[in-house]
Amino acid sequence: MTLVKIDKKNWAEGLKAAADAYRLYGPVKGKDYHQFKALEKGETPEFDMVNTRLSPKALLFPQSEEMLEYSLDESREDHHIMKAVARDNTPRAVIGIRPCDAKSTLLVKLNFDTPEVKDPYWLGAYQNTTFIGMACDAPLSTCFCTTAGCGPYHEEGLDMLVMDRGDAYLAKILTDKGKAFADAAGWKAAADDQAAFESGKAAAEARMVSSIKTDNLADTDLLELHGAPFWDDIAFACLNCGTCTFSCPTCWCFDIQDEVHGKAGVRMKNWDSCMFPIFTVHTTGHNPRDTKTQRVRQRFMHKLKYFVDKYEAGIMCVGCGRCVRQCPVNIDIRRVSELMNSFKPADACAVQG
Amino acid sequence: MVGYTEKIKEIASRLLKECTVDMVIGFRKGTMPMMNEPCFATTPEAIDTLVWDSNCGINLANYLTNRKEKVAVIAKGCDSRNIVTHIIENKIKRDQVYIVGVPCTGMIDKRKITGMVAGEILGVSETENTIKVQTADAETLFDKAEVLQQNCALCIHRNPVIHDEMVADAVQEQTDVDRYADIRKIEEMDSEDKWRFFDDLLSPCIRCYACRNACPLCYCPTCFVDEAKPQWVGKGQDPVDVRTFHFLRAYHCAGRCTDCGACERACPVGINMRLLTRKLEKDCQEQFGWEAGLSLDQRPALDVYQANDPGAFIK
Repeated sequence: MTLVKIDKKNWAEGLKAAADAYRLYGPVKGKDYHQFKALEKGETPEFDMVNTRLSPKALLFPQSEEMLEYSLDESREDHHIMKAVARDNTPRAVIGIRPCDAKSTLLVKLNFDTPEVKDPYWLGAYQNTTFIGMACDAPLSTCFCTTAGCGPYHEEGLDMLVMDRGDAYLAKILTDKGKAFADAAGWKAAADDQAAFESGKAAAEARMVSSIKTDNLADTDLLELHGAPFWDDIAFACLNCGTCTFSCPTCWCFDIQDEVHGKAGVRMKNWDSCMFPIFTVHTTGHNPRDTKTQRVRQRFMHKLKYFVDKYEAGIMCVGCGRCVRQCPVNIDIRRVSELMNSFKPADACAVQG
Repeated sequence: MVGYTEKIKEIASRLLKECTVDMVIGFRKGTMPMMNEPCFATTPEAIDTLVWDSNCGINLANYLTNRKEKVAVIAKGCDSRNIVTHIIENKIKRDQVYIVGVPCTGMIDKRKITGMVAGEILGVSETENTIKVQTADAETLFDKAEVLQQNCALCIHRNPVIHDEMVADAVQEQTDVDRYADIRKIEEMDSEDKWRFFDDLLSPCIRCYACRNACPLCYCPTCFVDEAKPQWVGKGQDPVDVRTFHFLRAYHCAGRCTDCGACERACPVGINMRLLTRKLEKDCQEQFGWEAGLSLDQRPALDVYQANDPGAFIK
């Protein structure tokens, strides 16, 4: 691990140099909120925000991604043959991803990169990407990353972590990919200021006001939790829209669709949401998750119980707080996790008895 | 509306105690400033969590669709008009719903206020006419009138049009409101500018369907965008499909929309899709003299033929 100091007046210049070797992405303010996008030549990421409204997951998992293409034109020899859509596999770097979102890529990776199955689309994008994180010195009151397996200076999932030191950035190079990027940007001024990271981290963590408890989730019986009495109350307000799942950095569900225009067809994958009634409709018309309560329970059980049990890697949540801030009816995962974590099956029996 | 909360608790408690209804649908205090959560109360503990203030912008008529119980619902002016529409459209029976009317002085615009102060908003409190916003470094006082949701600023039916009981005396209705100044501006554009305008308006859409799902009118068992046999609309981010969703949804709300603003409020990316529904509202008014949800005794404009219906568009 190496520390380098980047004078702020060399920042844009460094990114410009790196742009020769990388496609750069970063947060940019649109009409009224920031989102990650490909940076134009000379454009720099904008950090006058705490985080982007939508998560950067679309960088690896676009909302709508063409996988295969084909022709229905029978005069062509290759008609009806599925072919891979050409992809840009050149290196790219995401500048200014927050540590919570970087950690989320590792949780998503558990799904797209398994010993049995490797998703070439997600994994291809992941392998080509260098993640340059920006430490989070002013977390929001709805952020709870420190109790969701990461934190404002968390390093997992990052190749380089940058902190703002006023007139300079201090960058911690964490991986070979991070080193290669620093070289491409010409960031070489070695610094010996590990203490700055430690104190920045401590100060940022001290600013966190939200927390969740998850210590009982793994030991609580799955079916008892599934049958807990609070689900109707939690689910009542839910509109079954996709705001929470679409803004979540760890929600990875997708649907595959074929679309044909004239004789040209594509097979694409699109974000899907367990909140949508059609998510689980069978071809028979039967829907095993036919009610709102079942769907809301699925979302929280997946994040806070099934994932916990299956992967033993904590909860499927990094505490970014987007679902809390964006939910149109204020369903709050902090409240739900409290109910789930403090649930005692014996209590339920007592109530029923 | 200060003081409504206690009155609502009192009414809810009585209705449940006397078995007038099986549940009361209202709001409980949210976990964030400027947010309340729709909830149901069947117990004294739940009644105690009920609240009313200027953050009750979600339309509770949405929670009545196809209910089997006898329910009481806390309804502001726009909610009450959607309840009328629900009754007309057979989504709930009149004698099944006990309407607790709330004379409303408007809901505040969370996004607008967020844009008006620097830093994260940590607390918001209100009096009858003022809104106090607290951040870590400052406290800002606004006139409520300047931070209302646009639909509330333009509202001409603040008092419930139908009710079984009122929470308070009627409030004064706003008059001299020009409901369609922004719509006229769009009408005046040439088709190219209009195209650009709508393109820009809808470009942030992520198809989460929060607008549709927050809307009490959108109760189709399967929405046309969700139909699979046959599939009507593509499911990706093709702008043609995104536009098709928004335009068709708006048309499906023509003559039914009460401009409650739930769609715009729910949108996570800040799209003002009310521009579409209000254009249709304006057309319904100009062509059929129709305003949605005001009476149980009249069929909606697009539901009935009348000899004097305008026919100039039929060539």
